[in-house]
Amino acid sequence: MTSSLSPAATRPNERFYLQLYMGVTLAVLLLMLLAGVLMRAAQGTLIDLSPELFYQIMTLHGAGMVGIAGLAGASIMWYFLRRHVSLTPGIFLANFLLFLIGVVMILVSILLGGFGGGWTFLYPLPASSMGLWNTHAAAGFIGGLLVIGVGFLLFYLDAGRALIARYGSLARALGLDQLFSGKVDPDHPPAVVASTMVLIINILGTLAGAVILVMSLLNLYLPAVTVDPLWAKNLIYFFGHVFINATIYMAVIAVYELLPHYTGRPWKVTRPFLAAWAASTIMVMIVYPHHLLMDMVMPAWMLIMGQIISYLSGIPVLLVTAWGTLVQIYRANVNWEAPARFLVLAVFGWSVGVIPAIVDGTITINKVMHNTQWVPGHFHFYLLLGLLPMVLGFMLHVTRDPGNRFPAWLERGVFWLFTGSAIAFVFMFLYSGLQSIPRRFAEHLPAWIPQAQLATLFAVLVLASLATYFLLLLRRLPRLRMQA
Amino acid sequence: MQSIAWYTSLVLILLLSTVFIAVLWRSRDSGDATEVARRGYGPRGKLFGLALAAGVVITAITLVPWPHQLQAGAQVDRIVEASARQWSWSLSDDRARVGERIEFQITSEDVNHGFALYDPDMQLVSQIQAMPGYTNRLQYTFEQPGEYRILCLEFCGLAHHAMTATFTVASAEQH
Repeated sequence: MTSSLSPAATRPNERFYLQLYMGVTLAVLLLMLLAGVLMRAAQGTLIDLSPELFYQIMTLHGAGMVGIAGLAGASIMWYFLRRHVSLTPGIFLANFLLFLIGVVMILVSILLGGFGGGWTFLYPLPASSMGLWNTHAAAGFIGGLLVIGVGFLLFYLDAGRALIARYGSLARALGLDQLFSGKVDPDHPPAVVASTMVLIINILGTLAGAVILVMSLLNLYLPAVTVDPLWAKNLIYFFGHVFINATIYMAVIAVYELLPHYTGRPWKVTRPFLAAWAASTIMVMIVYPHHLLMDMVMPAWMLIMGQIISYLSGIPVLLVTAWGTLVQIYRANVNWEAPARFLVLAVFGWSVGVIPAIVDGTITINKVMHNTQWVPGHFHFYLLLGLLPMVLGFMLHVTRDPGNRFPAWLERGVFWLFTGSAIAFVFMFLYSGLQSIPRRFAEHLPAWIPQAQLATLFAVLVLASLATYFLLLLRRLPRLRMQA
Repeated sequence: MQSIAWYTSLVLILLLSTVFIAVLWRSRDSGDATEVARRGYGPRGKLFGLALAAGVVITAITLVPWPHQLQAGAQVDRIVEASARQWSWSLSDDRARVGERIEFQITSEDVNHGFALYDPDMQLVSQIQAMPGYTNRLQYTFEQPGEYRILCLEFCGLAHHAMTATFTVASAEQH
């Protein structure tokens, strides 16, 4: 089945809703980046943060970044998917409002309640604060995540409804019939394929998250209701892994849909493209045991699967999206405006980030790298240099205004400042991993402090360069175009 | 092992970066899109096959022997029980001598912790999770004398970073 390529008519308020998403995304990103800078500065003894405050900021940074990545990704998915299927504007707004409610609950639990149990709320830590936060604070945090999850669940269910109404089934929307029938429709929209994959994995991921969140809530108020800690860990990492990966799979739609504007070459759906997305649908869900490689009480086959699927998961990223991007831009006389720069940088960051992730997914190496700074090293690679540039590329494109641009030298300068400092910042994490420096430590040993100080310098440069783009985008938001 | 991870990643990152830079270098040139696609996608199938083959080799090399493999009890010189709680370690013994193979049997009394063994140079030599309700086992042969440190590598609350213990390894002669 082919889709209509004609854009959907913009319904009342839809543009305003997207502006809300984008405005909140920029504001939260800025605050969370600042939180990240504060943590590195504290580890480098450049500022004085008590461990209590450090771990609260760490919890805020983790929850805030994962949440806002989800919100930004959802806005990109919604923007392009609505061109092909009929989405419900009210649900899009409901997701946003539930997100805000959840954020307020999380902020209150951390800033007023003192919750500092980490964004992964690893059971039974929320109930075991040693007097640092009370039950209500933990419940506020967990409840906030639950409310946010409900919003995303509504969003994905609505997308699923719309896709089934248009294509007959999720399998057809994902292109499975084309993959196996022998005839591929090159005009089948990449946005539809990616969105279908994301809603399948994230409905399941969100439901798994809801189970452990509700169980954790019950445990807080009824301590007799307990959960097996290993089961809890499995549910949390399944949810967390799927959710954060889905943010990238939503945001990459911007690459497929927008890069052709700057290269003049359409991004056609091919059999390898459909095969990659179908395989990724399965792999994203079964790879999560690579977070549990140091739990030897897990069934061995699950850990082996975690390692093997970790490796295989990198292949679609490198051989479909990265390869496709390179073919897009090679001798294409690319119009290197800011959106194109960020979109290509994003694919570079995502692809490169996969490498240290796969390396860490090897059990033998995980033995000496797990929970060292190697881990934030690889995930910052594909979030700071992958997801974030996708979001920026998208926002810069849909608010493009030839009459309201930076001077070209400034635009290029700030872009390269961001790129250089972000790569250096991420490499400081990887280098610190090489030196066995733990992640999530409020205080570092004297030998580890110089690395944190240098990382702080790069973090400040990342913050400064991104803040410049954020301000430009905030100024441009009123000129958002729905058919860009 | 950390060096293997570092240099493997570094080489592959540099290789991928070189490919990106080479393509970017030609991005302002003009070329026929169909021809670029035909030539560009040509080698992809072979690379896919190569990646799968490399995966099989890497899997075999890294999973055999099984990294969590525990040797038969007779080959373990001693068992040390380690129990974690917020925010301290309780060890049934905190001494060993060079050449001894120790099996750490690790559990937790409250929340999740991470049992991480650092050598006297503060390099992480091995780790395993410490979980309430479960006993994880970690075997390690000490080859270097000195003061090893046990750090918690799973975030466990306010004094997570301060949850340390020492494990002293004497040279064979000293013992």
